[in-house]
Amino acid sequence: MAQIIIKNLRKDFGDFTAVKASSFTIEDGEFFMLLGPSGCGKTTTLRMIAGLELPTSGEIYIDGEEVSQKRASQRDIAFVFQMFALYPHLNVRQNISYPLKSQRMPKAQIKAKVGEVAKILGIEDILNKPVGGLSGGDRQRVALGRAIVREPKAFMMDEPLGALDAEFREHMSEELRALHDRMGATTVYVTHDQLEAMQMGDKIVVMNHGSVEQFGVPQQIYDWPATMFVADFIGSPPMNFLHFNAELAKGDSAVSLSGQAFDIPKQLQSAAGDLVFGVRPEHVSLDESSDYKGEVMAVEYLGTTQILTVNTLNGVLKARVAASDAVAVGQAVGLAFNPRTVTIFDKASGVALLSDANKEVLDHG
Amino acid sequence: MAEVSLQGISKTFGKQVALEGVDMTIPDGAFVVLLGPTGAGKTTTLRMVSGLDKPDAGKILINGQDVARQSPAERNMAMVFQQYSLYPHLTVRQNLEFPLKSPMLRTPADEIKRKVAEVAEVLQISHKLDNKATALSGGEMQRVSIGRALVRNPQIYLMDEPLSSLDAKLRSDLRIELKRIQASLGATMLYVTHDQIEAMTMATHVGVLDHGKLVQFGPPREIYENPVSIYAASRLGSPKINILPADMFPDAPQGATQIGLRPEHIRLGEGQAATVVRVEHLGDQTRLHLTLNGAALITLTDPHSTLTKGDSLNIAPSAPLYFSANGDRI
Repeated sequence: MAQIIIKNLRKDFGDFTAVKASSFTIEDGEFFMLLGPSGCGKTTTLRMIAGLELPTSGEIYIDGEEVSQKRASQRDIAFVFQMFALYPHLNVRQNISYPLKSQRMPKAQIKAKVGEVAKILGIEDILNKPVGGLSGGDRQRVALGRAIVREPKAFMMDEPLGALDAEFREHMSEELRALHDRMGATTVYVTHDQLEAMQMGDKIVVMNHGSVEQFGVPQQIYDWPATMFVADFIGSPPMNFLHFNAELAKGDSAVSLSGQAFDIPKQLQSAAGDLVFGVRPEHVSLDESSDYKGEVMAVEYLGTTQILTVNTLNGVLKARVAASDAVAVGQAVGLAFNPRTVTIFDKASGVALLSDANKEVLDHG
Repeated sequence: MAEVSLQGISKTFGKQVALEGVDMTIPDGAFVVLLGPTGAGKTTTLRMVSGLDKPDAGKILINGQDVARQSPAERNMAMVFQQYSLYPHLTVRQNLEFPLKSPMLRTPADEIKRKVAEVAEVLQISHKLDNKATALSGGEMQRVSIGRALVRNPQIYLMDEPLSSLDAKLRSDLRIELKRIQASLGATMLYVTHDQIEAMTMATHVGVLDHGKLVQFGPPREIYENPVSIYAASRLGSPKINILPADMFPDAPQGATQIGLRPEHIRLGEGQAATVVRVEHLGDQTRLHLTLNGAALITLTDPHSTLTKGDSLNIAPSAPLYFSANGDRI
């Protein structure tokens, strides 16, 4: 198993830069997520780590060894694709033993290894079946088995669950994560699904337009996004952005939205002009005594909670409140925000301003 | 708009029973969502109402009138399918105008223009109006096919998983828009999905189908809080309701063999000792995967919980639902 260090990694395809100077570290045994919208460079990054694509510049270290210009076969990495390609003419056992046979491992040892892997994946009873008749989940398990059986230094997975339907995806993602917890193998996993990334990852890299926007622990990225892109991409509904224009001095701990003062974490940077007040839906609450009013545009019942869409003077926001709060469309409501959770962004650059609250997270990321 | 009433509808395809004695009234102006897994009979119900299929037994009344002898066109319905089907040789605008240009409707030209512009705006496709329908992404094509239904003024809208091919963000925007449009038009809507969030957020009434039978019909809140069976309880809520042996906790009523606990209906810090198997930080909440005497369950806790794998935690039911051996509510 291995630690993987990425330093200033870049990839150009002709005039198009797919990945711009990315740097991050994947610790030994981590389940590491590369997250971003399509075209952000996450798959290209994964393919460069695996050796399927050679970087234009930059370095990749696997267990301390610089491998960026080495062939894929010399890196000892297993790759699992979204479209699990199995050998259709072979049965399950033959599919899983294939990589070992090509390494010329003795037969008895192969048998023992395949048995062990089948047990981990819970597919012992289908080992002698042809792969043709298998369900989607079993096919995916066989594809995983073929990757695991080699005991590579690390696993690369490119949206391995993307082709599955929602309910089954949830089930497989739990299974995959439980498998990782048992084996402790370094895994790099590409997804565009923020919930999947939050749910499964020990760490997340959020990418956009070929650049790393933020890198860190899921909860910290959720709480303290470095940019408006991250704040919007992570969370469902995403972070609310209320637009205002002001001058903020170092040490300020309140801002004014349409004449109403709101407490915020103490600011460590000064800023002026178009700014954005960022607050997550669960940190917005209804407060009759508040003079900051909005009109309820929509109410979405979700069981224990409900999502309100509220039109305010500074833009539309969503609030996650208890389902027991009686709220109707068209109603005027007073709003309050949990002051300790607010992030202020510079609108033009989209970058979060440093405060007492987010400093620790953003200094590391 | 109209009230639609199904009375004792049954349908079999060969040996496969698709619907069995379904009684359901869709009130005028209601947004009814049919919920159930693949094969439960959702789409078949929709096709019965549309007239694309005929029931083996039972009656369908629209505004009190039996429509058995009416063709789909005579029933005046607008349908949106999961697989969008647009006229490939026409532009987006021409596709949207098409239903209004029907000789049966004879809509004035400026009225057509106004309606198309309004619908395009709502569905965020105004900038694509003069594109060929085939020069659109999948999500855009689906929005056009929804738009083609919305420009009309039918008795009822029938929609079969219209949002399932769209990405998460667009889906959540369109949920609100569809609901808003339906409410402002006072339209009657019959909508099929297997997405429980769509059902909860849009429906005025949810119909839960199980192997061709309508097992519960009512507002989403009623089905969530007061389900008739384990099956109905499991249709709504994410993560799903935990179903455990009733004797795991004290005070189970007579005849109860299973207890249903929604993840948020578990009190932490009292009761029996469970073990934390996994912690998922989702940002706005944290999911705890626990085991209690060998049974797995999921509960929710504070986003910044410091619990980790292997920790022990006491849990007790709050607002439990009890079920009999065959899954019926007690």
